[in-house]
Amino acid sequence: MSELLRRYGIGLSAIFIALTAFWLLMLVILPDLYLFENSFRPYLPAVDVGGPKDFYSFANYLNFFQTPIHIQVFGLTVLFASVVTAICFALSYPIAYYLAKVANPRDVATLFLLLLIPLWVSEILRCFALFIMLSFKGPLNMTLIGLGIIHDPIRWITAYNSLMIGLVYVYILFMLFPIYNAIQSLDINQIEAARDLGSPWWRTHWRVIIPHSKPGIASGCVMVFMLSAGSLFVPSLLGSTTSRWFTEIIQQWMFDAFDWNTGAAYAFLLLLLCIIFVSIMMRVFRVSLADIAK
Amino acid sequence: MSAAVELAGVSVDFGKFRAVDNVNVTVQPGEFFSFLGPSGCGKTTILRMISGFNDPTEGVVRIGGQDMRGIRPNKRPTALIFQNLALFPLMPVWENISFGLEVRGVDKTKRRAKAEELLNLVDLHDVADRRISQLSGGQKQRVAIARALAVEPKVMLLDEPLSALDLKLRQHMRAELRAIQKRTNVTFIYITHDQGEALAMSDRVAVMSQGRLQQVAPPQEIYNAPANGFVASFVGEINAFQGELSAVSGGIGEFKTANGLFRAKVGPGVSPGIAAKLYVRPEHTILAAAARPGANNIPVDVADVAFEGNFINISAKTSDGRSLTVEMRNDGTTALPPAGSKMQFTFDPAKALILADTTLPKPGNWP
Amino acid sequence: MSSQKLSAWLLWIYLLLFLFIMLSPLFVMGGAALNDSRFPSVYPWKGFTTQWFVDLWNDPRMWIAGRNTLLVAFGVVALALPIGTAGAILINSLSGATRAIVYGFMVAPILTPGAVIGISTLLFWRTFSIPAGLHLSALGQTSFIAAYVMLLVLARLQSFDAGLEEAALDLGASHGQVLRRILLPHLYPALGAGAIIGFFQSVENFNVTLFTRGGSDTLTVYVGSMVRTGAPPTINALALILILITVTATIIYEVLRRRALAREMAADALLK
Repeated sequence: MSELLRRYGIGLSAIFIALTAFWLLMLVILPDLYLFENSFRPYLPAVDVGGPKDFYSFANYLNFFQTPIHIQVFGLTVLFASVVTAICFALSYPIAYYLAKVANPRDVATLFLLLLIPLWVSEILRCFALFIMLSFKGPLNMTLIGLGIIHDPIRWITAYNSLMIGLVYVYILFMLFPIYNAIQSLDINQIEAARDLGSPWWRTHWRVIIPHSKPGIASGCVMVFMLSAGSLFVPSLLGSTTSRWFTEIIQQWMFDAFDWNTGAAYAFLLLLLCIIFVSIMMRVFRVSLADIAK
Repeated sequence: MSAAVELAGVSVDFGKFRAVDNVNVTVQPGEFFSFLGPSGCGKTTILRMISGFNDPTEGVVRIGGQDMRGIRPNKRPTALIFQNLALFPLMPVWENISFGLEVRGVDKTKRRAKAEELLNLVDLHDVADRRISQLSGGQKQRVAIARALAVEPKVMLLDEPLSALDLKLRQHMRAELRAIQKRTNVTFIYITHDQGEALAMSDRVAVMSQGRLQQVAPPQEIYNAPANGFVASFVGEINAFQGELSAVSGGIGEFKTANGLFRAKVGPGVSPGIAAKLYVRPEHTILAAAARPGANNIPVDVADVAFEGNFINISAKTSDGRSLTVEMRNDGTTALPPAGSKMQFTFDPAKALILADTTLPKPGNWP
Repeated sequence: MSSQKLSAWLLWIYLLLFLFIMLSPLFVMGGAALNDSRFPSVYPWKGFTTQWFVDLWNDPRMWIAGRNTLLVAFGVVALALPIGTAGAILINSLSGATRAIVYGFMVAPILTPGAVIGISTLLFWRTFSIPAGLHLSALGQTSFIAAYVMLLVLARLQSFDAGLEEAALDLGASHGQVLRRILLPHLYPALGAGAIIGFFQSVENFNVTLFTRGGSDTLTVYVGSMVRTGAPPTINALALILILITVTATIIYEVLRRRALAREMAADALLK
């Protein structure tokens, strides 16, 4: 703090601190505390707020733990978001490696741009685009039939299939880029040294490249898991009648029941889930928060 | 006329570490004054204190007689030339030079004219619109000097500005800096760990060690009459003998060492019983075939002879294995003693000094 | 063919397939905007039409949503740039545990699901009787977009020589002049990138906006709600326009970034 004062003087330091305080207090910390506080209060008509019926209880959380279907949906959300994260890693790692260490640097510039475009297009539009592709009489089925690979169209949008495809499609780039950045910072000599010492390709990846890219992998996993578990639009468009997602229950409390307090409790559970996931990733990959978010 | 800069009883603490310890020094207007010392001796702290980036823990800094307490760097009549020069990379040369005028609200035409004038002063031409990254090391140096001069400071503070240059350029810039200082008559305070720089450029030199002033004197005096063992061994090469001062008469003392009893001039503040060493410079010693009467003599074996051109550097070993250095001038006929030959290492009592042994007290010993 | 070449070749094929899968839905969606069919698809192709663009032009809801989107996005950029910059400068002067804690709070919004940010923003401002609406969307979005700006500016600050600030102060500049003439010019590239990224993050935001918008639409929410209820191809027309804007912005952003990079490398080369 004294360093700030010395470098920028009292006036500017006060402005910097005030702006940061507004951000962290009014936009981050206090809203989350209010979410937490509201989650323990009952949903009441406006006249009763602050009255005798307005007291703290675990009722909203009990609501969750006493509704098996909600617990089940929560569990499935965790499970499928984890699977999506794993699939994204498996699919994007070879590409990240190829771009970082194999491809001709001149081609990488173009390839990079082609990958940045879908990253910059909003998830809503990309999800919609995939929805058109996957529809029963859509381009994908017609192409496959045209190529003679299948005879009858496949119903893609069913169970959790299309939801999983959608989440992977929409969020995989959030895995690809952090891993690419991490692998890129690895000295190519280390890979060649490993090869020179007789290491087979899979061992070079396992013992040299993957350990070096841990911060990128952790970052990608956290982002993909958080975005998938917290996704609102993908489940609503690409989900089927048999696939339910935890965020859909939150939306029901907020928009259908107008019970914001129970909604807050459920949103807090989602937040807790993400915090736990981040901590697990930091523990497993032995990385700091600064490695994950940069 | 009041002093350009006066440090009165100044100390600086960083936590428990005392970086500057009770320094008293007065720099006269128009003087080229150097602080010389090894890294970590507190000289940079003194410079930052004069420019206002550090505050003294105790004592007062006065510039032109005015107490500088509470006056921020941007309000002080000083200009600092940073070790890495700190030129603004996003501004062209002339904007760099006139930045100090820009912040004082001087209009653009005047600023530009002043920048051109200063570029002439530092002997740089046709670079006003260049980017900093397009300049050579020596050119950057000159731009930094011009930028500092632009604000017409009473005192210029220079923090080892030549350390990034190669040897040739450094020696050229020494003369250049000295010339600019004489031309502008601005007080220069120069920080360096390079004794050659300090001796060659300064009117006076302050030698520092571990936060304390060891000696403040003109260059010749620093070299010829060092105040203590630290100054003697830090500035220039020197042979030192451990021993004990016994008797003193007529400014000449008798000094008992493992290599015999020697006679030498007794330095300031030295008397029998005080820890002291005998010092003699290599160029004041002679390697002779036989002991010289009236001189101090030590039998030695010649170990190594280095012919350096204008002089010859000879390393010799005493019977107890101590290494001594002799420097002889090459007058064109000087014969080189063969390595391994037995000679006498001799020096006159008037050329040797017995000085208080203050070579680097251990950090734990001082407050 | 050596095994190394073979694997490089296989990876190349895989990358092409990956790019095809990533990009083809976007072409299909864009193409559907030009297909003279009531359903948003390119198959079956019923002929070229610009009808859907005309319909879109005449859709008042789209125009309002578009205006709202711009309002929110400009608001978010105007808030997030100073906040994120101040945050970066502040965190840069902290060290040790304090730095770790404050940094944690700063990046937390990036790692928080949008739904949680949306709901917490809604509940927090309700206590001050501030109802849902676009202003809340802007505040909610700012909480995480400021974090992106902070990260960009912080990265740029690492390459800043603090000695330049001291040099300027020493030459008599005030702290304000140091900020304006020395520090901010150094940060411009990061601020430019932050503004572009922040703008698009805001325009594309769905989750936070959905909970905080009250009754107002933004383009993304509008598209989302239309798509869910079975969209006419006017949405594809809108999608095509948005994609074209995004692609243009991406290319401009990349070209500028690479040019800046090349300039820096050239300057470095000159220094050596």
